[in-house]
Parts: sequence; C-alpha cells; structure tokens
Amino acid sequence: MFPTPIQQAAPAWQLLYRIGLPLALLLWLLPLIAVALTSVRGAADMAAGNFWGWPSQWQLLANYGQLFDGTPLLRYLGNSLLVALPTVVGAVALACLAGFALGVYRFKANLLVFFLFVGGNFVPFQILMVPVRDLSLRLGLYDSLSGLVLFHIAFQSGFCTFFMRNFIRELPFELIEAARIEGANEWQVFRRIVLPLMRPALAALAVLVFTFVWNDYFWATVLIQGDHAMPVTAGLKALNGAWVAQWQLVSAGSIVAALPPVLIFFLMQKQFIAGLTLGATKG
Amino acid sequence: MPTHPLPANPGGPDWWGRHQLRLAPWLFLAPALLLFTVYVLAPIVQSIALSFYDWDGLGQPTWIGIANYLELATDPDFRIALRNTLIWVAGYLLAIPAGLGLALLLNQTVFGIRAIKSLFFFPFVISQVVIGLVFSWFFNPDLGLVEPLFRLFGQAPIAVLADEDWVTYAVVLAGLYPQIAYCMILYLTGLNGLRADLLEAARLDGAAHWTLFWHIVLPQLRPATFIAVVVTVIGSLRSYDMVAIMTAGGPYGSSRVLAYYMVERSLSEYGFRMGYGTAIATVLFAITLGYIVWVLWRIRQQERA
Repeated sequence: MFPTPIQQAAPAWQLLYRIGLPLALLLWLLPLIAVALTSVRGAADMAAGNFWGWPSQWQLLANYGQLFDGTPLLRYLGNSLLVALPTVVGAVALACLAGFALGVYRFKANLLVFFLFVGGNFVPFQILMVPVRDLSLRLGLYDSLSGLVLFHIAFQSGFCTFFMRNFIRELPFELIEAARIEGANEWQVFRRIVLPLMRPALAALAVLVFTFVWNDYFWATVLIQGDHAMPVTAGLKALNGAWVAQWQLVSAGSIVAALPPVLIFFLMQKQFIAGLTLGATKG
Repeated sequence: MPTHPLPANPGGPDWWGRHQLRLAPWLFLAPALLLFTVYVLAPIVQSIALSFYDWDGLGQPTWIGIANYLELATDPDFRIALRNTLIWVAGYLLAIPAGLGLALLLNQTVFGIRAIKSLFFFPFVISQVVIGLVFSWFFNPDLGLVEPLFRLFGQAPIAVLADEDWVTYAVVLAGLYPQIAYCMILYLTGLNGLRADLLEAARLDGAAHWTLFWHIVLPQLRPATFIAVVVTVIGSLRSYDMVAIMTAGGPYGSSRVLAYYMVERSLSEYGFRMGYGTAIATVLFAITLGYIVWVLWRIRQQERA
C-alpha cells in the first residue's frame, strides 16, 4: 500500500491526519454546503449578505414550494427523465450488439470500426452541431424529446460500444466455442451465453449514461427551444435569468436538478466508479 | 488478449450455416453503426464541407472556397478564443497532479474513509450547469463570498468574472473543481492496484519515500495517468458549458473559447453564419483530431502488447 498506512506513523501525525481529513473534506465541499444552506435562507439573509453564516430563518418549504409552484421546473425534470431513460435503454442495447460483434469476431475491419466508435466519441460537439441541427429540422424532430433522444442514443453508443467490447474481451472464450460446437447459432451464443454474463457491465453503463445525459447542457440548448421539451439543465439556466438576485431560488433549483444523478451515484457507487475507471489499473 | 481460432464449419451445410460467422458481426454491428454514422461520422464530413460555404442556415449555401479560413486568420475574436482554448488545456491539466495529490491523501484505511472518498468525488456527479451557477455567485464580489479569500492575500476583492484579464482563469478554476474529483477517482483505483510485492521489496531495500513514489509507484500508475490525460484534454477542448453559464463569453468576448465562439457565430444575434461557424469548429476538430490519433495509436500499442 502506498502511501505507508497512517497507523505506522508517529502518534502526532496520526492525530493530525484524523483531524485534518474531515476539515479538508469540509473545505472541499464548502461551495456545495453554501448552496445547500442558501437554498433554505430567507430574503433577509440575501439582503444582509449572509451567505456563510447560519440561516436566520429556515424557509425550506417556502423556497422549494415556490420552485415548483411558480415555475415549469417539474416539467423540466420530467423532460430530463424522458430523455435520459430511453437513451440509457437504447444506447446500452445497441452497444451490447455492437460490443459483441467487436469483442468476439475476428474480421479485417474490426479494429477500424472500433476506432471509429472510440474516436467519434471524443470529437468536440461543435463539429456535429450544424449538420445534426439541420438533420433534426428536416426530419421534423427539432424541438422534440424524440429528436434529442435519438441523437443521445447515437452519440452514447460510441462510448458504450467501447466499454462493452472491452468487457466482452475479458470473458472466457471457451464458453462461446463450446456453445458453437453444441450447435448454437450466433444469435443463441449472444442471447444465451454472452448476454447473461454482461449484466455487471450493463449496470455500470446504465448509471454512467444516465448521468452523462441528465447533465448534458449543450444539446439541450441546440436541439430544444420550448419549455415543453426542455431538460432541466437548460431550464435551470433559463430560470436563473428570471430569478434576478434570488440566490435562494437559484440554489434550491440547482439542488433539485443535481439530485437524481447524486442519488444514483450513492445508490450504485460501485458500478459507477467501476465504469468510470475502466482501464485505470491495467496497461 | 484472446486469439480466437474459429471452427471451420460449425453451422452446417446450408447457406446461412456456411456464412453466418462472416455475416454475423456486421448484422450485430448494423444498428449502432448506422445511427452512429448518421449522427456522428457523417456530420463531421458535412461540417468540414460546409466550412467552404457561406450559409445562413435557410437558403442555398454559396461556395466561397477558403474565404472563411482567410477571415479567421485576421479575426481578433478568433485569436482570443484560440488563446483561451489553449489556456483551458494548460489550466485543466492541473487537475491531474491535484487529483493525484488528493488520491494519495485519501488512500488510507481509517474509519469512514469510504464515505469520505465518495464525498470528495461528489462534485463530478453534478451537472456543470450547477457548478457554473454556484461559482458565478461565488465570484460575485457584491455578495461577499470571495471577500475573505482576497483579504487573506491583502487584496481588495476583484470582480473576476467582469475582468478581462482574470475571467478565463476564474472559469477554468470552476471547471477544475469536478475534474480534480474525476482524476482523483482514477488514481485511487490505480493506487488500489499497486503490486504489494514491489513496494515491499523497495521498502526492504530502504528506498526513501520520494524514491519509492517516483520509481515504483508512478510507473505503475501509468494507465491511470493515461486515462486522466485523455479525459482532461478532451474535456478542456470541449469546454462550453462553463463559459456559457458563467460569462456567456464576456466581458466583451474575452472569455470565449473556440467551442463557444463557434456557437455564437452560428446561432445567435451575431447572425446565422453557419459556414463561418463550421470553419471555427473545423479548426477545433483539427486540434482534437491530432490528439485523438495519438490516443488511438497508444490504444493500438496496448492491444498488441
């Protein structure tokens, strides 16, 4: 283990570490703690510039109530869900198939196709913007949830295929060969042998894609205009313009918008981190 | 890395049986490849082609050759955006040593360390829109949030987001917050996979702490460093959200990056100059492409190893 376990250090160092660690955490999370506290403050605190101190009044219900009563925030949240969930299903499904193809078969174009998926996944969004916007307009999908979902599925399938292909490569190939010898066709090999083994990868991918898509801001502004289809990231930005100096509402809105990915992260931490750090331990 | 010898004729004598092993990969690939081509691969080519046209997004595009690029060469706004993009790349790379430092600090087994690690990682999970909003009111000097910090250095507070010299650095700083968390988690995973035998051997040889880190630990962390560099550079070239949320490119366009300037030119009150916009995007793409090729070349080497 590196660094040397703190238990082997001098008692003074141990004490310092044990006290310092929570302090460092507090410092690190200070921006977020300030937001959480501000989201329950009253107008008096705003006027007095009390952002760091203890709230003078607790307006939890009033602030959060105002958020849902007076604004389309709930609608935005619903839209984000309606974009993120179908994208997760679509992108992961496509990637299972494509990852299987690239992970199991040896054919000439294999590495080329793999590199197209990986490389395409790294390009700046702006090189896609004009043609994708134009395509959506021509297909009548501009300013609609399905247009946004379709783009996200396509784009995320690049990363997901990369992920699945690498995962499938680690599976024992003997299982596939055995199934073929017993007369299984290729679809059966996929459906009965490989797919059940992919379950841990499915969970990891699903939480990652959900978070990526939920947090997307760029495409939400490029492909969506109206409140009827606007995801919460773009919606929050729009509301921010309307809430001049009402920082308690901006904070409360930020917290609500951040909550779903945060919940998913804490519930499925292991899968989330396993997905994000894929390849970080081996050459 | 498996090498898969395929059985010569597994399926049987019928046509499908004879050909399924050759056709199957393409059938499995078809849906993803089709969608990816329509929405990602083809638009790249279309954008590059469009950069040689003058187009308002509605009428007929007019071929103007390299006129857009010639205009870019003398466009002072473009130069600022390019410079800021490079500042983003350089500044964002600080997330790597910072993330490594944080990971070294947290790689202990004390009470509650798991929870502490995930709380440190927390900023990465949150949308950049939220991070951007939070930091923009943080930096607002009227609210007195940063005032204590400036006082610490004996300075009067500066409105960093309204200051042409400071603004890009302030936005990069906000962007670093989640990126450090990401690099930290990569390095924590890397540290977890260190080979105990090598560490023990070096310790028995009496290697100093620093030598141990430099010669034994850091080389083993190379895969983590590779991923951290890749995601950080790509993330910095893509920086759009933070700029859009925190400054909208201002003041006076001084915090624009290429990604932001491109959108501003293509879809805003500056007029729908799609051709000019795609020329900016093409420059950004060319920078990224050089980088992607290097990454893919590295991956290819690993695949062969």
